[in-house]
Amino acid sequence: MKPVPDSRGYFGPYGGRFVPETLMAPLAELTAAWQESRRDRAFRRELAGLLATYCGRPTPISRAARLTQHLGGAQVFLKREDLCHTGAHKINNAVGQCLLARRMGKVRVIAETGAGQHGVAVATAAALFGLRCRVYMGTEDERRQALNVYRMKLLGAEVVGVDAGARTLKDAINESLRDWVTNLATTHYVLGSVLGPHPYPVMVREFQSVIGSEALLQIRSQHRSLPNLVVACVGGGSNAAGIFSAFVPHRQVELVGVEAGGRGTRLGEHAARFAGGSPGVLHGTRSYLLQDQDGQVVPTHSVSAGLDYPAVGPEHAFWHDSRRVSYVRVEDREALDAFHLLSELEGIVPALETAHAVAYVARVAPRMGSGQAVLVNLSGRGDKDVVEVARLEGVKL
Amino acid sequence: MSGRIEKAFLRARKARRAAFIPYITAGDPVPARTVVLARALERAGADILELGVPFTDPIADGPTNQRAAERALAQGTSLTGVLGLVRELRFSSELPVVLFTYFNPVHAYGLARFAVDAAAAGVDGVLFTDVPVEEAGPAHEALRRVGVELVLLLAPTSTRERVKAVRKLAGSFVYFIARTGVTGARAALEEGLEEQVRLVRKLAKSRVAVGFGVSTPEQVARIARFADGVVVGSVLVDRIGELGDVPELPGEIEALARSFAVATRRR
Ligand SMILES: Cc1ncc(COP(=O)(O)O)c(C=O)c1O
Repeated sequence: MKPVPDSRGYFGPYGGRFVPETLMAPLAELTAAWQESRRDRAFRRELAGLLATYCGRPTPISRAARLTQHLGGAQVFLKREDLCHTGAHKINNAVGQCLLARRMGKVRVIAETGAGQHGVAVATAAALFGLRCRVYMGTEDERRQALNVYRMKLLGAEVVGVDAGARTLKDAINESLRDWVTNLATTHYVLGSVLGPHPYPVMVREFQSVIGSEALLQIRSQHRSLPNLVVACVGGGSNAAGIFSAFVPHRQVELVGVEAGGRGTRLGEHAARFAGGSPGVLHGTRSYLLQDQDGQVVPTHSVSAGLDYPAVGPEHAFWHDSRRVSYVRVEDREALDAFHLLSELEGIVPALETAHAVAYVARVAPRMGSGQAVLVNLSGRGDKDVVEVARLEGVKL
Repeated sequence: MSGRIEKAFLRARKARRAAFIPYITAGDPVPARTVVLARALERAGADILELGVPFTDPIADGPTNQRAAERALAQGTSLTGVLGLVRELRFSSELPVVLFTYFNPVHAYGLARFAVDAAAAGVDGVLFTDVPVEEAGPAHEALRRVGVELVLLLAPTSTRERVKAVRKLAGSFVYFIARTGVTGARAALEEGLEEQVRLVRKLAKSRVAVGFGVSTPEQVARIARFADGVVVGSVLVDRIGELGDVPELPGEIEALARSFAVATRRR
C-alpha cells in the first residue's frame, strides 16, 4: 500500500501544493525542518514536556452521566480538550509549530483565526517563546468573537481585521498567505487546521494526534473496550483528525465528522462541504469545496466561526471517499440547543463548534444500546461564545 | 502552436525592445470594455496581453488586483465569459493572449475541455498563479495537445533545481516574479534583480519576462536592459479602478500604457 500522504502530500487524489512559486521554497524548508524535528529526541521531549507542564495534558475523559441518562441510550464520554490551557485543542498545534518556528530561526509568527481560539493559542505560544505575533481575523469574526480579540491583544499579539470577501476565516487565510509570501525570511505561518499546502495537513494532524493516542488508552481503561462511535466537529478538521487518527485502524469503531449545517441546505446557507461541495482547489490544497459552477468559492454561513469555512482538510476528503469516516450536518438551531443541554446537564459550556458534535450525539445516542459507548471530542469551551449566544437569543447582558 | 507569442518576442527583439506585456483583469470594469481595452493596449504598443481571470480568493494578488477581481465578478465574469471575450478579440486582433488564472476556475471547467475551448477561442498561453511545476504536469499535457503554451513562474526564492524543472515544461518564456510578495505597484525594484534574471535565463534556457510591482517607466527601462519582456499590471488596473466605466477609459489607458511601452526600447 502507498503511504498516506505520499511524498507530495497527496491523500489519494486530495492534497498537494497549489501555491504561488514563491512559497515553494519555504514549504520545502518547513517540510525538512519538521521531518528533522520528528526524528530529534530532544525536540520530542521538549514538546511533550510543554504539553504536560504548560498545556495541561493529558486531558481527561469524563463520563457524561446525566447526559447519558437524559438521552437514554449509549454511554457518552467526553474527551476534555476544553480543559487545555487557553480552552481548546488549538494549543497542541500552536505550541508544536511555534517550537518549530524557533528551531527554524524565525522571529515572527502569523496566524489566521476564525473563532479566535487558534489566534489565542498562537499568541500564547508566541508569548511563551518570545516571538512576535500577528493574527489575521475577518471583521465579522472579530465582532462575534470579540472576547478573543482582546485576549490576543493582552497576550501581546497584533490583531489585523480582514475586511474582504465574507470577512471570515477564508479571508483571514488569504491575508495570512499574502503576509507570509512577503515576509518569508523572518516569518513562520502557523496554520491552524489540517488545511493548506503540504506539509500542513499532515503536520497539524500529527501535532493534534496526541488527542487520539491519549483517548484510545483512556477509553480502554475507563470503559474496558473501544467506543462504538467517535464524534468530532469538522471546521478545517484538526480536532477531528487528531482524535480520529488513533481510531482509523480500528475498523469496528464508527467515526463521524460533524459539519456546520448553518440555517439550511441551500448553497451559501451552510458550511457542509461534503453535502453541498465538490472537489476543488483552495488555499493550496485539493479537497471538497463549496463552489459555484464557475469554480468561484461561495459564501458560507454558520453560527460558529470556527466551522464557517468553504473547504475541508484533504485527509477528510480521503476518509470520506474511502468511507472510513461519515460526515453529517448539524444546523445552527440544533447546535444552540446542544450548547444549553451540555451546560445544564454536565456543567460544561461547550464552544459553539463543539456543540455541533454534541448535537449529533444527542441525535444518535438514544437509538443506541446502553452497552454501547460514544466518545465525543469536546474540542473547546464556550466562554468565547457566551456574549454571541446571548445576542442571538435576545438576552440583554 | 499558433506561434503568436514567439513572433511577438522576435519582433520586439528586432526592434531592440523588450516585449511589453500589459496586464488587465477580464471583465473589469465591465465585460463589454475588455475587448476595447485590449485594442487600446495594442495601439499603445503591447506585444502580448496578459488577461486575468477573476477569482474570489486571489492569494497571489495585492489589493489592486483583488478589487479588480471583485469588480469583474460583480459583473458576472466567469471563465466561460473570458474565453468568449478572447474569441471576440480575435475578430479584430492578432495580439497574443496569455490567461493569468488561479487553478480552481479551470479545475471546475475541466482541464481537458478548458484546453480545447481556450485554443479554439484564440488563447496563446495560460499562466496559473497557484500551480507550481510539481503540480503542472496535467495542465502542461492538456495544453500541449492543443498547442497552447503553459507559462510557468519563477521567483527569487526558486532553487536551481526548480529552475531546471521549469525548463522541461516551459514554452516561449518564463515569468520571473520581481520580488517576493504579492502583485501591486512598488516604488523600488528588488536589488539583485538583474543577476537573478540572467541566472534564470541561463538555467531555464528560456526567455524571461519580469513582472510583479513594476510601476514606473523608469523601472521598465531598467528591466528592459536585461529581460526579454516586462509585465506592467497594477498601475493600469489601479487607473481602470479609479476611472470606472467612463467614455475616456480606453483613451486614458492607452496613453498610460504608451508611457510604459516606449520605455521598453533598449538604448
Ligand atoms: C473549539 C473549536 N473546535 C473546533 C474548531 C474547528 O477547527 P478544526 O476543525 O480544525 O478542529 C475550532 C476552530 O476555531 C474551535 O475553536
